[in-house]
Amino acid sequence: MSLKGEGLGFYYKKDKWIFNKLDIKISPGEVKGLSGYSGCGKTTLGKILAGFIEPQAGTVTVDGAPLPRKGFRPVQMIYQHPEKAIDPRWRMRQVLTESFTPSRELVEALEIRGEWLGRHPIELSGGELQRFCIARALNPATRYIIADEMTTMLDAITQAKIWHVFKKLCAARNIGVVIVSHEASLLKRLCDSVIYLEDVTAKGSAA
Amino acid sequence: MKDKAQSETLLSVDNLSIGFSQYIGGLKRRTIQVIVDLNASIGHGEVVAVVGASGSGKSLLAHSILGILPGNAIMSGRMAYGGEELTAKRQAALRGKEIAFIPQSVNFLDPLLRVGKQARIGFDRKTAAARQRELFLRFGLKEKDGDLFPFELSGGMLRRTLFATCVREGVKLIIADEPTPGIHPEALNEVLTQLRQLADSGAGVMLITHDIMSALKIADRVVVIKDGRTVEVAEASAFEGQGEKLAAEYTRNLWRALPENDFDLMFAGDGGNGHVA
Repeated sequence: MSLKGEGLGFYYKKDKWIFNKLDIKISPGEVKGLSGYSGCGKTTLGKILAGFIEPQAGTVTVDGAPLPRKGFRPVQMIYQHPEKAIDPRWRMRQVLTESFTPSRELVEALEIRGEWLGRHPIELSGGELQRFCIARALNPATRYIIADEMTTMLDAITQAKIWHVFKKLCAARNIGVVIVSHEASLLKRLCDSVIYLEDVTAKGSAA
Repeated sequence: MKDKAQSETLLSVDNLSIGFSQYIGGLKRRTIQVIVDLNASIGHGEVVAVVGASGSGKSLLAHSILGILPGNAIMSGRMAYGGEELTAKRQAALRGKEIAFIPQSVNFLDPLLRVGKQARIGFDRKTAAARQRELFLRFGLKEKDGDLFPFELSGGMLRRTLFATCVREGVKLIIADEPTPGIHPEALNEVLTQLRQLADSGAGVMLITHDIMSALKIADRVVVIKDGRTVEVAEASAFEGQGEKLAAEYTRNLWRALPENDFDLMFAGDGGNGHVA
């Protein structure tokens, strides 16, 4: 049981590998940090693990099976800019219930207010929108979550509050988490172990 | 740097309030108040950080100083620059010359124009090339970097290019709006060093950010904003320990919530909230 990337390789320009022969493994309930220079491929690796882009080499498996191409994705991704991950023409109620109807406890834990549900995304702040992205990622079928700079644009108090709830929720459901960030102090707080991608690209294995 | 900082006020903002007038069907209008009571001041040679949550009105403060608020904004309060009232007419004359604005995103650069050319905009045509080279030198860019397009530059170089297009000789007040998020530590330190140097050479710098740790590396004072109000103006040195020297509870919480400090400890006793099976 684990989210496994084996022999992963990716390039935008032919033969200019951003990374290659990269192995990575995340167990259920594990919290793994992913750090490195901007442009070193952190987000790209996250997208590959979530199945949003295909690597040029290697395979990704979830608990032994390849990533499903249809239906719900067991590996969910939460982005740095929630306003870019939400349909601007939907109301927040639709955003929240797109994949499932979150329980009242979940909605309350994330401090999502009822009055927000009738609004459009532009009428909420980044921190408020990010709560919806987290809620919808916590579908009962979710096994792993990639949190890509999830709280970078938030103030310290909101950041601490969101991680506090998120950590608890993931631990309770044994969800494996990859936290992408270049803030060392944050990773130190949250992760069991941290991978530095620029070291890995030199050597190959991240497991 | 402190004695020089306090000597003379360059810019002061008193009781600033900003509202937006909206039409709500037909000719009915309502006013939404976003900034209620904002106070800030900057001295020559001083770096003042403005911190607060997103949506607290940080950027609006910058825009009101520059006089670039949208047309439906209703503003009151008093702003003075160099001891005289900062009127709309003076704002128009000063911005881009004595008052420089460094925008939040490197997307403000023209993606289809070589960066050297972008830094020449606004200069007299005969001397533009020479002055651009001077600026590049000053901000640690090579002469041949001017031939590159924005997509060919690294994050740190892009920031330096933005500085070169915004900050001109004779600049006295620099307003930098979130110049740091999403860049790696090396580029971040470059930006901070650059701002500190500008202050040390006599300019006043307003650094708008939510990254307190970075701001504290260079700031003399910190203005803390919450819901459009100044909750506290603190000396940068007051941010230490458990925040005992900070006056407002909100500022203390902001300080303690940093991952370097207590992080989420203050939510640990939240009982039912956050506990979901």
